[in-house]
Amino acid sequence: MTTTPALSIRGLNKSFGAIVVAQSIDVDLKPGARVGLIGPNGAGKTTFVNLLTGFLTPDSGTIALDGERIEALAPEMRVKRGLARTHQIKALLRGFNVRDNVAVAIAERRNFAWRMMRYTPQWRECLEESQTLLDDMGIGVVADRIVRELPYGQQRLLEIAIALSLKPRVLLLDEPAAGVPSTEAHHIHDVLSRLPKDIAILIIEHDMDVIFRFAEEIIVLVQGKVLTRGEPAAIAADPEVRAVYLGRTVI
Amino acid sequence: MTPAKPSTPAKPSIAPAVAASGTGHYPLPIALAGHALPWLAIIAFFFFASGGGYLSFGTTIMIWILFAMSLDLVLGYAGIVTLGHAAYFGFGAYVAGLCSIYLTSDPLIGHAIAIVAAAVLGLVTGALILHTTGVTFLMLSLAIISMMFEFANKAKDITGGDDGLQGMKVGPIFGTFEFNLFGTTAYVYTAVVLFLWFLIAWRLVHSPFGRSLDGIRQNARRMRAIGTPVWWRLLAVYTISAGIAGSAGALSAHSTRFVGLDVLSLLTSGIVTVMLILGGTRKLYGAFVGAVVYSVVQDSTAKISPNFWEFIVGGMLILTVLFLEGGLMDIGRVVRNFIAKIAKRSGVA
Repeated sequence: MTTTPALSIRGLNKSFGAIVVAQSIDVDLKPGARVGLIGPNGAGKTTFVNLLTGFLTPDSGTIALDGERIEALAPEMRVKRGLARTHQIKALLRGFNVRDNVAVAIAERRNFAWRMMRYTPQWRECLEESQTLLDDMGIGVVADRIVRELPYGQQRLLEIAIALSLKPRVLLLDEPAAGVPSTEAHHIHDVLSRLPKDIAILIIEHDMDVIFRFAEEIIVLVQGKVLTRGEPAAIAADPEVRAVYLGRTVI
Repeated sequence: MTPAKPSTPAKPSIAPAVAASGTGHYPLPIALAGHALPWLAIIAFFFFASGGGYLSFGTTIMIWILFAMSLDLVLGYAGIVTLGHAAYFGFGAYVAGLCSIYLTSDPLIGHAIAIVAAAVLGLVTGALILHTTGVTFLMLSLAIISMMFEFANKAKDITGGDDGLQGMKVGPIFGTFEFNLFGTTAYVYTAVVLFLWFLIAWRLVHSPFGRSLDGIRQNARRMRAIGTPVWWRLLAVYTISAGIAGSAGALSAHSTRFVGLDVLSLLTSGIVTVMLILGGTRKLYGAFVGAVVYSVVQDSTAKISPNFWEFIVGGMLILTVLFLEGGLMDIGRVVRNFIAKIAKRSGVA
């Protein structure tokens, strides 16, 4: 018996003029998969995420979410279909408090954010759901803090909380631990390890420690191409990967 | 500071978060008094000015307030930087004027048509230009208003060109209340319309929709990442705002029985923007403060010298922008903080 992949990418191509940033990339994510995407700087990792989420349009190739083609949809429509992401550079609503940042996303998911009438009990429900989620993530105590005053590590957790509040089927984590001081990193690890099992997750991360702990499969991207893929142990032992990462050929 | 353990921390009450989205941080009686103040002032001015012949001045100010309030929805809440908002004000004025000449003298029907026409213009022009932001949008908004100005200027047969639209026949409201020489009808009519629009705008900005606009202003990319159809939301508020601006234009046409080419001028856009910034954006009441202060300063200093008022208003705008981030409406907060500081110093020490 075969299950439909949560996310299926076939022959994804993208170039900016002469520079090829994605070259026939194929990726499948089964429901509940934990896949890591690594690659040196400029390998096209973030471009790949932008292609998936719709902020860039691929030159060719298909993207299917639960068997439905989404490559022609606008970013917000892909989100509505169940594809959420976190951002590498923090992109929070800095003037809102933590709870509202999540509640706005929940309101959007519940499809009543367009309503022009007063706050209904539904908004209160959004706030409550937001609070529950934040409690669960361990940042419930700072729910009333304005985001711009929040420590960096907690902002990263909030990023993840917002993405989770959308109840996605596929979640793209773009360097969730980047820039977080090592003293706070274990909170991120902790949250990552407790992410819902039914969500398929693609994690992009520089920190090999995080990747190898988290991912069941690793894809290595170099200059827009999939160099190799496999289980973490195999990738770690792969001389080609080591060469790319260490910037020299292993003799 | 370290993040809290994922145990079960004390749940902060969410009630204040709901309340804070409403009236602010003042105690309820003071907040209510604050809300009542502008409307009481409008009523008081009616009785105070009836004898002095100043009523039409009050009507003009209220029209500016309404216009600035419509701009607040777009510029303040949604963060759309535009200098073309007079396009909708002027279009509403011309439509109301033309209606009264060719269609019906009933001001309410003319007013309704003007609102719808301005909203449709907002919908169409907004749809064309709202996919852009920042400077590009600013330029496109300038282009639209310049085109409309030139059209109104050239189409003399319809608009009267730079002579203005003449021959408006405005009948009584509900067939009873004549627009009289003293301007009492125009004043009350304008006040009622302003109040109704204010209620609508207030609901709008304190709704989930208003909150998502706030989010779009802060970070449109983030909003798209949570599934917000940003373009549609902006188009919705732009259309509503254009309708309100058109309503202000119609009031202007009906109360003066005249539409001049200047309603579509860039200067009109500029003035309303200055009023809004002066009073303070994203408060709705900022439009009230800004329009009143601007108009009163203009009126009183223009008597000293014709160009003096521009100097004064310019200076006030500079001072406001430099020292009061949230416009003149911010004075309350600044004073409150100052008092709190004094109280803290004397109290604790």
